[in-house]
Amino acid sequence: MAQMIVNGIMLGMSYALIALGLTLIFGIMNIVNFAHGQMYMLGSFIVYYFYGIYHWNFFFALFMCIVVLALIGVIFERFFFRRIIKLSTRAESSMLLAIGTALLLENVALLSFGEKNRGVPPIDNRIYAILNIHIPGNRLVVFTVSIVLIAALLLFIRYTKYGLAMRALAQDKEVTYLMGVNINRISMMGFAMGASLAGVAGGLLALIFPIFFGSGANVSIKSFIMIMIGGAGVVPGAIIGGFILGMLESIGYGLIPGSVTYLIIIFAVILVLIIRPLGIMGKPGY
Amino acid sequence: MLAIGVIGLLYLVIYPILFRQQNYLLNIVITSSILSVISLGVWLVFVIGRINIGQAAFVLLGAYVTAILTIRLNLSFWLCLPISGLVAGLIGFLIGIPILRLKGVYFDMLTLCLTEAAMLVMLNLGGLTQGARGIMNIPLPGALKMGTLIVIPAFRPGDYLSFYYLSAVILILTLMALWRLNNSRVGWNLRTLRQSDTLAPSCGIDIVRYRLIAYTICCFLGGIGGSLFVVYVQSIFPTSFKVIDSIYYMLYCFLGGLNYILGPILGAFLLTFTFEGLRVIQKYQEGIYACLMIIFMLWLPNGLLSLRFRRGAHKKGSDGTRSGTILDRIRQFVKQQTR
Repeated sequence: MAQMIVNGIMLGMSYALIALGLTLIFGIMNIVNFAHGQMYMLGSFIVYYFYGIYHWNFFFALFMCIVVLALIGVIFERFFFRRIIKLSTRAESSMLLAIGTALLLENVALLSFGEKNRGVPPIDNRIYAILNIHIPGNRLVVFTVSIVLIAALLLFIRYTKYGLAMRALAQDKEVTYLMGVNINRISMMGFAMGASLAGVAGGLLALIFPIFFGSGANVSIKSFIMIMIGGAGVVPGAIIGGFILGMLESIGYGLIPGSVTYLIIIFAVILVLIIRPLGIMGKPGY
Repeated sequence: MLAIGVIGLLYLVIYPILFRQQNYLLNIVITSSILSVISLGVWLVFVIGRINIGQAAFVLLGAYVTAILTIRLNLSFWLCLPISGLVAGLIGFLIGIPILRLKGVYFDMLTLCLTEAAMLVMLNLGGLTQGARGIMNIPLPGALKMGTLIVIPAFRPGDYLSFYYLSAVILILTLMALWRLNNSRVGWNLRTLRQSDTLAPSCGIDIVRYRLIAYTICCFLGGIGGSLFVVYVQSIFPTSFKVIDSIYYMLYCFLGGLNYILGPILGAFLLTFTFEGLRVIQKYQEGIYACLMIIFMLWLPNGLLSLRFRRGAHKKGSDGTRSGTILDRIRQFVKQQTR
């Protein structure tokens, strides 16, 4: 049981990373990034190639994840989403566009990488044992890097000028514009950051989970569940959501055989949403 | 009127007689018709301003209900068809009560999870649904008898023409019913839900009731579609209808145009024909669909039919409906000031 809880905590941290990316994009641009899972998948493929095949430094591969996914994020924001936000009369248009981009990324990945599952060699082969709980070195690395990244992100949002601009943009778009903030640039930055968070999470979790083109869809659904539990658009909500999902998954898979775990999780989400329709920490206005 | 007559003639008489023996071409139209029925349901939820990414769950549900009833209880298909629809509608109603009160994004994401949940349910209801093995060898529809009078003869194996007329009739009935609904008082009330969640109740419209009506009908149509599919394909698996199918139904709707009731039908037929025509490059199919979605969103966000029914000609409001309400004008004014 203690082992399951520890596993849950470690998994939860990486999941929180994914949820943070989605929340960032949603908070700033009011778009649900359906392609988030596919960006995660691309991140894991990048690590597969740079670390698994070319044998470069793992952390450098993570850095490449950030760069490539940020670039993709910039392209999406600049050419797709900016136009749709300006043009659309219906609120659903941006979501449908996001779904389109998700399908596009998935198909491109399928065509480029093929269908088979891949994996990367573990970065650390040791297993640490503390009080009867076994922690693989691999997972410890994932856990530590996740915490560092989350902390960095929180510091960025809290203390830098751009972080302030993003928070302002999430609150009220018109007034932020009046304050002289370049909305286009901040939106682009926010989307790029969200995308690269997904990519980095993908790169990290490539050490643990198999890498294949379909993992995107799964992660998308998981990230939506996290956002729904924790509340969309708020940073602490994302972290809490990620955490709770990590714990539920770990304990669920440990105690209940088969695929019933996710069924229970989905029903739990419906329950949470009945009690608190905006998620645990969601704010009205989204 | 003339256009309707011509299309009706084409659909019901010319096409089937011309291609009577070519099962492949009949198959395309049969699939398109059933997809149109399902997409009409999704369209109805678009009318109230929500995105329903969970239609595949109810299609799966309707399909399994028909499969189980036909195989286990030997019920006639003609009884199973409405029952599947009603069961899907009922479950939609029950699920809709808690989830329809969620605001925009949460509702959409939750419906996405519903599709996954449905697959998991079907996977895990061992005895009833045979889990991952699925149900196969589902019998073709038998004869529909009233007393000793045979109204519809039993379907023979390999006879695509009967499925053609079955799906065509169901599509026409659905279209007529929804057209009537759209132009009725209920339809107008549904459209107000999309415009404003706070203004509508202040005009005395019970938004909970109308949201539920739209969602239940959507799930009902999903169940009917699933039932038709399962008896056509004669097998069902938990993965028969996935998230990607839900997304395709949405795509059909908004390719044709979300403001027009013929939109989903046009979208379904067009895309199914295109998909079949592009069979040689099938592995790019999803990619092409994705590019289509993106291109349409960026340049033709109101769908294909908006090209024919240009906005200015009919004095429509900012969202293409014929209302042009005061709310629209206020909204346009505010938008101009803050752009």
